[in-house]
Amino acid sequence: MIRKTRSQDALLLSVALVAGFFALIAAFSPANAGPKQDAVIAKLAAEAGVASFSAKNGEAFFQGTHTGGKPETTSCTTCHTKNPRAMGKTRVGKPIEPMAVSANPTRFIDPEKLAKWFRRNCNSVVGRECTTTEKGEILTYLSSI
Amino acid sequence: MTQFRKIITSLTIGSLILVAPVMAASQTLVPKTAAELTATECSACHMAYQSGFLPIRSWKAIMADLPNHFGEDASLSEAARAEIESYLVATAADRNGRDPRWLRKIPQDVAPLRISELPWFRNEHGSRRLAQAKANPNIGSISNCAACHKGAERGNYGD
Repeated sequence: MIRKTRSQDALLLSVALVAGFFALIAAFSPANAGPKQDAVIAKLAAEAGVASFSAKNGEAFFQGTHTGGKPETTSCTTCHTKNPRAMGKTRVGKPIEPMAVSANPTRFIDPEKLAKWFRRNCNSVVGRECTTTEKGEILTYLSSI
Repeated sequence: MTQFRKIITSLTIGSLILVAPVMAASQTLVPKTAAELTATECSACHMAYQSGFLPIRSWKAIMADLPNHFGEDASLSEAARAEIESYLVATAADRNGRDPRWLRKIPQDVAPLRISELPWFRNEHGSRRLAQAKANPNIGSISNCAACHKGAERGNYGD
């Protein structure tokens, strides 16, 4: 029989804690998101007072045509295309990296960049700032496909 | 107990070592110059058109209405907006009283907002070629200079 020392116990406990932490994150996060995207979405969820966001609603917003914004940009898909895993294109032909986290793991991890483009693009497409819930849903959708 | 403390200490040091490069990478060592800031911000959606194509009054008008920038909201923080405007004004086509040929036939009280609406631009390209460029899905827009002028981003329109 192997005698466990106290340090081995402590080591096992730490390993279990770390593994449990990652398992917990994996269980509650959209399929393809990394821990950084999860943290961003979790912060929005806390702000909105909800446990998680609907990816379906996010998809409807992203793929849908909106009124209230600028006539040149009535949908996210005007520039990002209907397939978020594919490259997009600005209205003057400049390429845009994919929006889906599965195709572009660096998406949505820089809070400043995120705030800037949500401000600009929500105003362009819907003519106002997006709500916290809308932002959470869009990010959840783009992290789940 | 000391064993336990050792493990906790090494875990703490270990995680610090893991996090340190991330922290270092997020620091900007030297602030961007106004030229760099202008290039970065303007080229997010389109080529950073050379400031020397438009007069001071045009750049002022463009930078005064970024939330309505040719059908999109291109708003910036006030600090970035002001810095970019200063750069564009300082390097504009009519800086220091210059009068390049692309500003000819534009009345002083008119501020063109697009390089492509300058009479010079339309003469240089010809309406037939502009229509062809617009209709070509690989070009898509006459604002896409680099589709035909490969050196456009470096200011070379010789081809």
